[in-house]
Amino acid sequence: MKEGELGKVYQDGELVVRQGEVGNCMYVIQAGEVEIFREEDGKAVRLRIAGPNEFFGEMALVENDVRSASVRSIGESRILHIDKRTFMRRVHEDPSLAYRIMESLSHEIRRLAAELGELRAHSS
Amino acid sequence: MVVEAGSMQLDDGSRVAIVGGGPAGSLFCYFLLQMSRRMGFELVVDVYEPRDFSKPGPAGCNNCGGIISEWLVQALAMEGINLPDKVVQRGLESYSMHLDAGSVKIETPHHEKRIATVHRGGGPRDVKESAWGSFDAHVFAMAREAGGNWVRNKVVELKYGEDCIQVTPNNEDPVDYDLAVMATGKRTPALKMLQKLDIGFAPPVMAKAYISEIHMGNDEITKELGNSMHLFLPDIPNVKFGALIPKGDYVTFCMLGNKITNEAVSTFINLPEVRGCMPKDWVVPEKMCHCSPGLAIKGATKPYADRLLCVGDCGVSRLYKDGIGAAYRAAKAAAVAVVHEGVSEAALEKHYWPTLRNIATDNNYGKIIFEVTKLVQKVPMIRHGVLRMVRREQAHPERPQRMSEVLWDTFTGSAPYKDVFLRTLNPLFFLQFGFDIVAGLFSFKTENRSLAHEGG
Repeated sequence: MKEGELGKVYQDGELVVRQGEVGNCMYVIQAGEVEIFREEDGKAVRLRIAGPNEFFGEMALVENDVRSASVRSIGESRILHIDKRTFMRRVHEDPSLAYRIMESLSHEIRRLAAELGELRAHSS
Repeated sequence: MVVEAGSMQLDDGSRVAIVGGGPAGSLFCYFLLQMSRRMGFELVVDVYEPRDFSKPGPAGCNNCGGIISEWLVQALAMEGINLPDKVVQRGLESYSMHLDAGSVKIETPHHEKRIATVHRGGGPRDVKESAWGSFDAHVFAMAREAGGNWVRNKVVELKYGEDCIQVTPNNEDPVDYDLAVMATGKRTPALKMLQKLDIGFAPPVMAKAYISEIHMGNDEITKELGNSMHLFLPDIPNVKFGALIPKGDYVTFCMLGNKITNEAVSTFINLPEVRGCMPKDWVVPEKMCHCSPGLAIKGATKPYADRLLCVGDCGVSRLYKDGIGAAYRAAKAAAVAVVHEGVSEAALEKHYWPTLRNIATDNNYGKIIFEVTKLVQKVPMIRHGVLRMVRREQAHPERPQRMSEVLWDTFTGSAPYKDVFLRTLNPLFFLQFGFDIVAGLFSFKTENRSLAHEGG
């Protein structure tokens, strides 16, 4: 890791977030990629791959709930943690900061709606 | 041409002048254009900036310690602004506090690098070629990429025209705008322009700090200082605190306070705890790039009027530190206010001024905290108590980190001063601190006795 690189380095396969754990931060990817997956009946089901500048883990902050999925590093990745305290304080002072979260959640709903449509089309 | 003459709302084609392209002006430009596009209208934004921030030395520098605080790194990341490693000279993962009684290191949560050190310009005056870019040049480039037009000229006059504000660049005719935003920092001529408008503006009150850049080379800095900001609380008149900030090839040496004299600098640089952070054979260079920048200790009075507002140091900034963080908060609040509420004095007073007022109010708590810090500087048994309490907390990270968090948030600027102040009123904080002062007193006496014994 170079001196000027911010965040924490995760190695290939290293877990960043574990499904079911209580979340107290969200994450912004600075470099590299991560796999977001759900553990269903002992199997890892990939939900999506996230890359630089994308964030994850925001749902646990917004809903005050446990992590809905696990996240692991694909190759080496560098990730910045956003503390819940910083997040809530900033959003309270500047609600427009939540716009990017809304944008991300909106993209996610679109993606899920498209996938659901495809699944229903195949099953009918 | 001004669109919809007389309107106090910005709309498609409205013209905005930003005087000054430092972080406050550039971030305002970036957020203004981003938000106006979200609302579906395009603005014309001219940024008046005569300097080139990529130049080394005073020509491109905004004279500042160059710390992007922990909360600001996180807030910018939430905005989608990630600082490249070509601009961040070093990511810091801890703060080391040095007192005559000893040193203690406080790590960042998650042990990650989340504080950035940067050069505001192209580097110190003797830099020939740097591997790193300027932070100010980076944010100014962001503003231009968002659509801001760089007018490479200085502004010499502001005056009100009919349903507009007129900005006069040097040796050019006045240009009409719907809004003028002053982001000129501490430059006195620009502040005088505002006073001449007779809008009730009074400039911020400044203290003089001291900053110099010491060349040590990247490897030596990594070896001696690591990725830690080194903080000192010396008992020197008018000095609030001093710091060694490791960067790429340079260490920034900062003293904050008021009217810092050469004698104070010399005393500070020769303190055993400061020398202990530097290489053993280090000698103070005869020539160092140094400056005595103004440091706002009281914000401006009424930094807004019809079609006019101030962001950054010429408005209200944070006491002693986190000036870039304050510039970001003001720039964002100003952009939200003018896009959604308009550019009238009443709209700015209702929707922009509260953000600045909050910073100013919080600074009052900061003043109390720095008065208490004086006690730490002056009274040895309190210094011992502080060190003892932090060491105990750092040895048991699973326990509440009361003193560590208070010090961390005070010196990194990660939390408002009010939060820090209120945490010190917690009875458990008092009890533990009292216990550590008493316990530290015994160890202090023991140390003194053994020193006296050694001295014969």
